[in-house]
Amino acid sequence: MIEHADIDTELLPILDQVSDPEIPVLTILDMGVVRYAKLVDDEVKIKLTPTYSGCPAMDVISDDVKAAFEKAGYKVSIDLVLSPAWTTDWISEEGRDALEKYGIAPPLEADADKDALLGNKRIVKCTNCGSQNTKLVSQFGSTACKALFQCEDCQEPFDYFKCLK
Amino acid sequence: MKDNLYKYILGIADNSLILGQRMGELCGHGPSLETDIACANISLDLFGQVRSYYQYASKIAGDGRTEDDIAMLRKEREYVNVLLVEQPNIDFAYIMARQFLFDVYHFMFLTELQKSKDLTLAAIASKSIKEVSYHQRFSSDWIKRLGDGTDESHQKMQNAIDDLWTYTEELFHQTEADKEMVKQEIGVDVKKLKENYYKKVNDVLEEATLNIPESKYFQKGGKQGIHTEHLGYLLSDLQYMQRTYPNMEW
Repeated sequence: MIEHADIDTELLPILDQVSDPEIPVLTILDMGVVRYAKLVDDEVKIKLTPTYSGCPAMDVISDDVKAAFEKAGYKVSIDLVLSPAWTTDWISEEGRDALEKYGIAPPLEADADKDALLGNKRIVKCTNCGSQNTKLVSQFGSTACKALFQCEDCQEPFDYFKCLK
Repeated sequence: MKDNLYKYILGIADNSLILGQRMGELCGHGPSLETDIACANISLDLFGQVRSYYQYASKIAGDGRTEDDIAMLRKEREYVNVLLVEQPNIDFAYIMARQFLFDVYHFMFLTELQKSKDLTLAAIASKSIKEVSYHQRFSSDWIKRLGDGTDESHQKMQNAIDDLWTYTEELFHQTEADKEMVKQEIGVDVKKLKENYYKKVNDVLEEATLNIPESKYFQKGGKQGIHTEHLGYLLSDLQYMQRTYPNMEW
């Protein structure tokens, strides 16, 4: 199910309860930040990978994962791993759909992303009306992972999830 | 070896800590909402990277000091950041010029650090470089926008570049710890980055219609803990809570 991770199937339902505090429609499995989750002896060992180094959501996610497993009666230990570094490619298809419905345009491919963030091409789709007639307002948005866009047709301002590769 | 590695990590991390603090000062004070948020974002990235470095340094030191102790409880002379990053936020042109002059170096440095034989440093570099590529894009854009903008914005950007130029060469100085780490293929040989650095910087300045400063006089000292007068003020801000309420936790 998840190519870049090694997760015991029986632990999936518990992990699936934990979502990103900044983007509540996205579970941590959809985000691809869970790299490893296994029951070893009587302890659940988890490895999480941060999205952006300074993302304050990471500490909250760690705490939430711990709480979810303790509630389910498990002992749990959590490690943060940096390598290989997280990439937006690890966001699942379900995650991308959830982002778009929530009003955040999902990340484009790396080359397209560069064009979009340099304002060379109008390719980021408005999450409100679907128009591609959108403009970059700022390369940095409300959180480290997002850029700010505005639709020139419906005028809606919206976030774009930056490609990180 | 351990001592040199510890010093080497601080040499990288302190730059990001101090620049992160400078950019953080703009939170709520940026010239526009978008630039304000951008500067705070850059600050956040730098602080995040710094945490990884200090956590590692704390492990290497092995004397019970935590990442917070290392960040917050050293004296001015014990910080080994380059002078460039501690220069004050005079105006937005200075802020972007300082960022740009550091970003170009930072990106090249991390590119090489990814190949380090020290796997932790290589991992932090691989993580950080993705973020720094955004910083570099942002600051380069502003160099061009202000340099190639109005007469006033051009003049302000030229002044900033002229004033900060004197701090650029220190980026390529090597301490004893640096040299030792290069020998062990853990550290980056920054001397080799110098030519490319000035080439890249000059390309952007030219595109921004700015003059490349000709001054051959360069300041140094930060890497040895000898700082400009600005660092003391910055640290008194940064360390205020820990000094006033020792051991407090958030």
